Amino acid sequence: MTTVVSETEAARPRTRVLAGRSPRDLLGRAAVYLLLAVAVVTVAFPVYYAIAGAFMDPSELSSYPPALVPHSVTGRNFAGAVDTIPLARQYANSAITATAITLAQLFTSILAAYAFVFLPLKARAVVFGVFLATLMVPWEAIIIPNYLTLSDWGLGNTYFGLVLPFLASGFGTFMLRQSFRQLPGELRDAARIDGAGHWRFLWRIVVPLNKPALAALSIYVFLSAWNQYFWPLIITRTANMQTLQIGLTSLRDSEMADPGLILAGVVLSLLPTLALVVFGQRFIVRGLTAGAVR
Amino acid sequence: MPTAPRTAPLPGRRPRPHRGGRWGEHGLAWAFLLPSLVVFILFIGYPLGRTVYLSGHANDLFGAPSRYVGTKHYTDLLGSADFGRTLGTTALFTLLTVVPGVFGALVLVLLLENRIRGVRLLRSAFALPFAFSVASASVVFAVFFNPASGVLNGLLSHVGLGPVGWLTDSRYALVSVAVTTIWMNLGYNVLVLSAGIGSIPGEIVEAARIDGASGLRLARSITVPMLGPNLFFLTVVSTVHALQSFGQIHILTKGGPDGATRTLVYSVYEKAFAYNSSDFGMASAQAVVLLVVVLACTAVQFGVLERKVHYA
Repeated sequence: MTTVVSETEAARPRTRVLAGRSPRDLLGRAAVYLLLAVAVVTVAFPVYYAIAGAFMDPSELSSYPPALVPHSVTGRNFAGAVDTIPLARQYANSAITATAITLAQLFTSILAAYAFVFLPLKARAVVFGVFLATLMVPWEAIIIPNYLTLSDWGLGNTYFGLVLPFLASGFGTFMLRQSFRQLPGELRDAARIDGAGHWRFLWRIVVPLNKPALAALSIYVFLSAWNQYFWPLIITRTANMQTLQIGLTSLRDSEMADPGLILAGVVLSLLPTLALVVFGQRFIVRGLTAGAVR
Repeated sequence: MPTAPRTAPLPGRRPRPHRGGRWGEHGLAWAFLLPSLVVFILFIGYPLGRTVYLSGHANDLFGAPSRYVGTKHYTDLLGSADFGRTLGTTALFTLLTVVPGVFGALVLVLLLENRIRGVRLLRSAFALPFAFSVASASVVFAVFFNPASGVLNGLLSHVGLGPVGWLTDSRYALVSVAVTTIWMNLGYNVLVLSAGIGSIPGEIVEAARIDGASGLRLARSITVPMLGPNLFFLTVVSTVHALQSFGQIHILTKGGPDGATRTLVYSVYEKAFAYNSSDFGMASAQAVVLLVVVLACTAVQFGVLERKVHYA
C-alpha cells in the first residue's frame, strides 16, 4: 500500500500535500482500495460465474458445495442449450427485430427532428409537446390495447407484431433535435445558395455531420430492442417466433432447468450486447445522458 | 474570419426559406412528422383511450367487452385488500431498488474519484451489468438463488447457516428480486454518474484540493452538490423503471410466493395474460392506476427538480 501511494505522489507532485503521509490518510487510502475491491468482486462475480458456469460440467455445477472454478472446460452446455430451444432461430428473431426497430426509429426520428429544426411549422410547440408527452406514458399501461390491436390485425406471433409499435420514438426525435440544433444556421443558407433542397441537405449535410449522435441513438435503440421482454412474451406464441430473451426463460422453466444450459444460453445472448457495451461505451454515455441536460 | 464579399448573414433570424414556397415547406414539415405521428396515434394515443374504455366495461370469457359497468372496477379495487397489498408491494419494491441503487452507484463513483490506479478498468467493470438484459440477469440470479444447487446457499453452508429459500420464502423473495434489479441497473447508474463527474469543471475540484479538501470533505462540499442534476435525473428514471419492472418478477417468482412479489405491473399481466385469464376490464383499471402513479411520481419529481435548478 505504501509503495502505491508514494508512486502516485511522485507522478503527481502537486497532490503531495493533499494525499498526505499521515497514518490517518494512509488508512483512508487503504479503506478506499478495500471497499473498491469488495465492490468489484460483488459486481463482477455474476458475470464471471455466468461465463465460468457455462463451461462447467453439469456434475460440477450441481456439486455441493458448488464449484467456483471449472476443473475441465466443456462445450456440452452450449450443445444442450441448442437442443432444448431453437436457439439459432431465436437469435435470428432477436437480430431481425432489433435491427428493424433500430433502422426504422433512426429514419422516423431523423425526419421528425429535421422538421422541428429546419422547417417552418405553425404549431411547433404543440407538436413537440406531443412528442415529449409520449415519453411520459409507461408502455406497460397501454400494453393491453396494443396486444388487442395487433391480434385483431392478425399480426400476433409475427415479425410485424414484434416491431410495429416501436417504429417511432419521442426520445430519438428529442435527442436528434438537440444535436441538429448545434449546426450553424449558415449551413442551411449556404446549401440553399448552392441549390440544395431540404432532402439533399438532410442526407448530404445534416446526417453526416451528426454521426456521433446517430451512433449513440442506434446503440441505445438496438440494446433496448434486443433486451425487450414484456411485449415479445405476450405477442409471440410459438418457440420459433420467440426472441432470445423469451428463449432464456423457457430454458429456465424447462423440465431439466439445468444451470449449465441456462448459463450457456445467457453467454450466447450476451455476445452482441457485450460487444456494444465494450466498444460503444463512449456513445452509450452520450445517449444515456442526453435526457439529463435538457 | 470575416467573409465580407458574400451575401452577409443577416443578423438575428435566419432569412425566411422560400424554396418551394411557404406552403411547400409547411407541407414538407408535416410530411416529415407524419410517420412518427401515425405510430404515436396508433400505438400510444389510441391505446390510452381504449385502456380507459376497457376499464369501464365488463368482459366475457374471451376478453371482449360485454357491458358498461362505470367505475365498478375502480371501486372494487379500492375495497380490495389484495390490491392494497399490491400497491404496498410496489411502493416497497421501488424504495428497495431506487434508494440503494442510486446511493450505491454514488458511493462507487466517489470512491473512483480518489486518484485510484486503473480507474478506467474499474469503471468498465462496474459498467458490465449494463450488457445484461432483464432476462439474462434474472436467469443468472435464478441460478444463484437456487435453494439446492445455488452458489448463495452453498456459501452459507460453509459458515454453517441453513439453506434459505431466497425466492420461495415470502420474507426474502421481494428482497431477492430487488437485489437482482439493483445489480442489473448498477451499470447504467454508474455510467450516468461517471459522465456527470466527468463534466464537473476540473478547476473547481483542483481549487478545493489546494484549499486542503480531500476525501469525504471534497465529496460532501463539491462533488455531490455538483452532481445534483445527475442524481435527480437518475432518481426519476430509476423510480419510473422500478414502477414498470416486470421481467425479473416474471422470471424469478411469478409474483409469488403467495403474492409476496406481486407488483402493480405484474398484477396487470396476471389479470390480462396469465393462466388464460383475459380479464381485460379489471386489468385495464389497474393499468390506469399504474399510469396515474407513474405520471404523479414524474410530476412530483420534476416539480422538485425545477426548484433545485433554480437554487443552483
